[in-house]
Amino acid sequence: MSRPARRPARFLACLVAATALATPALAHRLWMLPSATVLSGGDQWVTVDAAVSNDLFYFEHQPLRLDGLVATGPDGEPVPVENQSRGRYRSTFDVHLTKPGTYRFGVSTNALFGSYKVDGEPKRFRAMNGQAPAIPETATEVRLTQAQNRLETFVTSGKPSDAVLRTTGKGLELVPTTHPNSLNADEEARFALTLDGQPAANVEVEIVPGGNRYRQKLGDMSVRTDAEGRFTVKWPAAGMYWLSAEVTDDKATMPNAKRRASYTTTLEVLPP
Amino acid sequence: MRIVLTSALTGLAVGPAVLAGPALAAELAVAIEIPRLDVSEYHRPYVAAWLEGPGGAVTNLAVWYEQAKRDGEGTKWLKDMRTWWRKSGRDLAMPVDGVSGATKAPGTHRLAFAGDAKPTAGLAPGAYTLVVEAAREVGGREVVRVPFAWPPTAPAGGQARGEAELGTVSLDLKP
Repeated sequence: MSRPARRPARFLACLVAATALATPALAHRLWMLPSATVLSGGDQWVTVDAAVSNDLFYFEHQPLRLDGLVATGPDGEPVPVENQSRGRYRSTFDVHLTKPGTYRFGVSTNALFGSYKVDGEPKRFRAMNGQAPAIPETATEVRLTQAQNRLETFVTSGKPSDAVLRTTGKGLELVPTTHPNSLNADEEARFALTLDGQPAANVEVEIVPGGNRYRQKLGDMSVRTDAEGRFTVKWPAAGMYWLSAEVTDDKATMPNAKRRASYTTTLEVLPP
Repeated sequence: MRIVLTSALTGLAVGPAVLAGPALAAELAVAIEIPRLDVSEYHRPYVAAWLEGPGGAVTNLAVWYEQAKRDGEGTKWLKDMRTWWRKSGRDLAMPVDGVSGATKAPGTHRLAFAGDAKPTAGLAPGAYTLVVEAAREVGGREVVRVPFAWPPTAPAGGQARGEAELGTVSLDLKP
């Protein structure tokens, strides 16, 4: 009897560890944490930790799978990712910042997952990045969700630049009015969200300050985008912040599926 | 032209007011005290001094950092003067002639700017703040502010005191 009993457990572990990005509905938070977001002196390096955990930003649960990781340089072209590795609790990589400007490190996924029944027995499946799942023709109660997820963070060497802030028009994306590497605790930051390139109105944005291991309250904030998709964040203090939003609709690009689009970023707010 | 004096401010030539009006002739002097600290590992702080004018315009007076390190390694820590870095430093290519200099030892360091020369010659009339920021390796960071009006119509001044990384920061203005 051990085999049927183990399968769901293994599946769940798989979901969290291997395709964590595809399942933002789980309680765990996905994040990338750069060693620095504001650098001076040219020719610098950053190390980025990436993990899936409850507390921010502590690697305590699972490493973030870095399949599809793209590092983009200030001119909008890809730059090499070096020393990438996956440990028990975190993944890590380095990027050599050879040019001045803003860099983006992002992991995007486009996954299809869901459940169905065959002869009354429930089955689950997932398919990454456009692959079609193998669902038997006899399946009933087929439920499909397309997950379009974007997880990213930014670092700037020298003067901030804007090329990496351009959106792709796919899924949920952040449009910063305030540059993401120019955030200050005594100033409000203004951003907008777009969904498929259009203003994402009335979307709830969750903001959680890091360091919650050492405080009683989570201290999270929730703001809603306006009709133009815009929202404003007033930072309670300097620190690292996790910002995330999710939209569910029927605009899947894959047939017969619901769509869940998520956006998550890590932002550093510096003291005034 | 910047004149650095290690003792009291004396004998500064002030141009005749009739030639260019009071704003151009006015004189601005700054004294920055770097405190002597009883710490096991001491490094001289990076210090930036600048004026914030109407609309947030920044006029740099001085940036003291480790200029002599090979390969410009000392510029890696310029961003630790976070306020200055965000307002001005990240837009500059260091070193900046007439602004950047080597780090200074504990003591009081004086800067004097004659009104008929840069950087004070270009200052538009208005409300200003003298801002001094210090950041020390394996130490802390502190920002001290002294508000003032430019140009001065009478001898004026002000001072503020830091709590940790800066001592007294004082400003003297002469019409």
